[in-house]
Amino acid sequence: MENSELNFYNTDGRYKGIFSWILSTDHKRIGLLYLTAMFSFFLVAVTLGLLMRLELIAPGETIMTAPVYNAVFTVHGVIMIFLFIIPGIPAGLGNFFLPLQIGAQDVAFPRINLMSWWFYMSGAMVILISLFTGGGAPDTGWTFYVPYSLKTGTNVTLAVFGVFLLGISSTMTGINFVTTIHRLRAPGMKWFRMPLFSWALYATGWVQILATPVLGLTLLLLILERLFNIGLFDPSRGGDPLLFEHLFWIYSHPAVYIMILPAMGVVSEIIPVFARRTIFGYKMIAFSSIAIAFVGYLVWGHHMFTSGMSDISRIVFSFLTFIVAVPSGIKVFNWVSSMYKGSIDLKSPLLFTVAFIFLFSIGGITGLVNGALATNIHVHGTYFIVAHFHYTMFGGTAFAFFAALHYWFPKMFGRMYRERLAKTACIFLFIGFNVLYFPMFILGWEGMPRRYYDYLPEFQSLQVISTIGSWILVAGIVIMFYNLIRSVFRGEKAGNNPWGGSTLEWTTSSPPPAENFEEVPVVTGGPYRFR
Amino acid sequence: MNNNAKSSGRTAIYIATWICLLALTALTVTVAGMNLGKYGALTSVLIASVKASLILLFFMHLKYETLLLKAMLLGTIATIAVIIGLTFFDVGIRY
Ligand code: HEM
Repeated sequence: MENSELNFYNTDGRYKGIFSWILSTDHKRIGLLYLTAMFSFFLVAVTLGLLMRLELIAPGETIMTAPVYNAVFTVHGVIMIFLFIIPGIPAGLGNFFLPLQIGAQDVAFPRINLMSWWFYMSGAMVILISLFTGGGAPDTGWTFYVPYSLKTGTNVTLAVFGVFLLGISSTMTGINFVTTIHRLRAPGMKWFRMPLFSWALYATGWVQILATPVLGLTLLLLILERLFNIGLFDPSRGGDPLLFEHLFWIYSHPAVYIMILPAMGVVSEIIPVFARRTIFGYKMIAFSSIAIAFVGYLVWGHHMFTSGMSDISRIVFSFLTFIVAVPSGIKVFNWVSSMYKGSIDLKSPLLFTVAFIFLFSIGGITGLVNGALATNIHVHGTYFIVAHFHYTMFGGTAFAFFAALHYWFPKMFGRMYRERLAKTACIFLFIGFNVLYFPMFILGWEGMPRRYYDYLPEFQSLQVISTIGSWILVAGIVIMFYNLIRSVFRGEKAGNNPWGGSTLEWTTSSPPPAENFEEVPVVTGGPYRFR
Repeated sequence: MNNNAKSSGRTAIYIATWICLLALTALTVTVAGMNLGKYGALTSVLIASVKASLILLFFMHLKYETLLLKAMLLGTIATIAVIIGLTFFDVGIRY
């Protein structure tokens, strides 16, 4: 970080000390603020996950009571979803790299960008307060389903308000990114010369803009219903509980594309660099992001197959769910084809990426098991679902997030981590991950329901394997963060372009100067100039 | 776009729009009293949409904006229409 040349760390803004960070409108600083906050929350939620696994090491009560377990999985889910994986790649790395990739000085609305971070932090604080006030931590599951969320005495109202604030933050980020891409591309940066990560952020931005307000309204309705018993969702007052599920998933399903699209963008960025090949099917990848974003709006009903929807709706939603697998499949095939006959250099970013492709494919394909009407009845609400979404969100998005952290680390800090240690961490993560979650597919298939602190004795051996997996996984997480944090301060100096990348962010110095580029870059060709 | 050049001519348009909005409000009230049965809601929604469009086009200057912005707004409205459509579709045939 203490490179002698001028960079954004040693360029003074209007404020000094901590204020030069928390009041900064520099997209790079805001990105780092997000990353710090997100990974802190992530570690808290990982700890909760570990505790849950510990509880499940034997049937009956081991380390916590049933009500505590209910609160723990709820808080784990809320943190992982709303504080970690949804802001995730866009707010953290997207903030840092979108302007760099398209040759801009900053995002279109730097102050709104800062404000969105403040909304994010306020939402997080409100959620934190909700855990210790009123009736205590919510125990509804991260989905806040009615009627239980209306009846429970826990502090649902405040927690939901926190999530509402997070929604505002996410919407602002979306508006900012879409506008930035429309307005601030460098001269010559035509749409089809844009790096695929930027394309992915564009698609994500639209999903954030269009879907998040629905969540905000739904949560406000829930709060109103709790406070004033209006009768929106309560059948005894003429309300409809299914309406809540509809509204909730109208946001929360597109939200899984807010999580996965940027991850896919990262992967499309890393593969060409480490296989020294131009990406195969650039336009198809770009368009499939848009297609996923669009069709992704129309599949929310597949979370509600067993909730009492009409048969015709179920068939329609199931059909649409199968359709959305097509563009995802296109991407996977394109990535693999891009590596074909490449000069593959299996550095840690690519290792994480390959792990992503493997784990995400399992997550995606088991998604079709959930999406088919007949099998859904069997697996709904079981550990099969828990395994499926950890494979997509953790094995998918979080692994891509880690890949991106390693890929862009030298650009962000001007230093390099220890490569061997990074690979070791990745291997621990990969093995631990599969040992932790694969047994859950079998458990679920055999009928183990989700969200229970107890189980029948015959499930114990698989549960124990899963718990052991969680320890291996956490070892990987610890090694990875140790390596990265240590290297921020003590890593060797990295050059401006250690990987030989060909997108614009690699043409400026590491870490970049406050204005990103010495002079405005002029773009003359596509993003991936390899064989 | 170019606001200053045209703003004087616009005042008349704004007033005309405002009168239209008032007239449409009066119409909504009248229709509400006419007991149109299940078409009542439909009529109100239609009138409300016309009003919203007037506001968007004239007060919010959409009429004078580029095609891109118009397309973005229309796309957004279309998405919401589809979402509402799919939700109501379920309610309509559930029982
Ligand atoms: C060390 C890592 C992790 C461990 C040990 C872990 C473990 C668990 C366990 C045991 C459950 C509860 C299953 C049940 O009783 O139904 C759970 C639920 C959940 N996890 Fe994780 N998890 C981890 C990481 C993640 C990550 C990275 C994400 C998302 C990005 C995530 C998202 C969720 C969600 C959304 C739920 C559902 C909560 C609910 O039912 O309301 N987890 N996890």
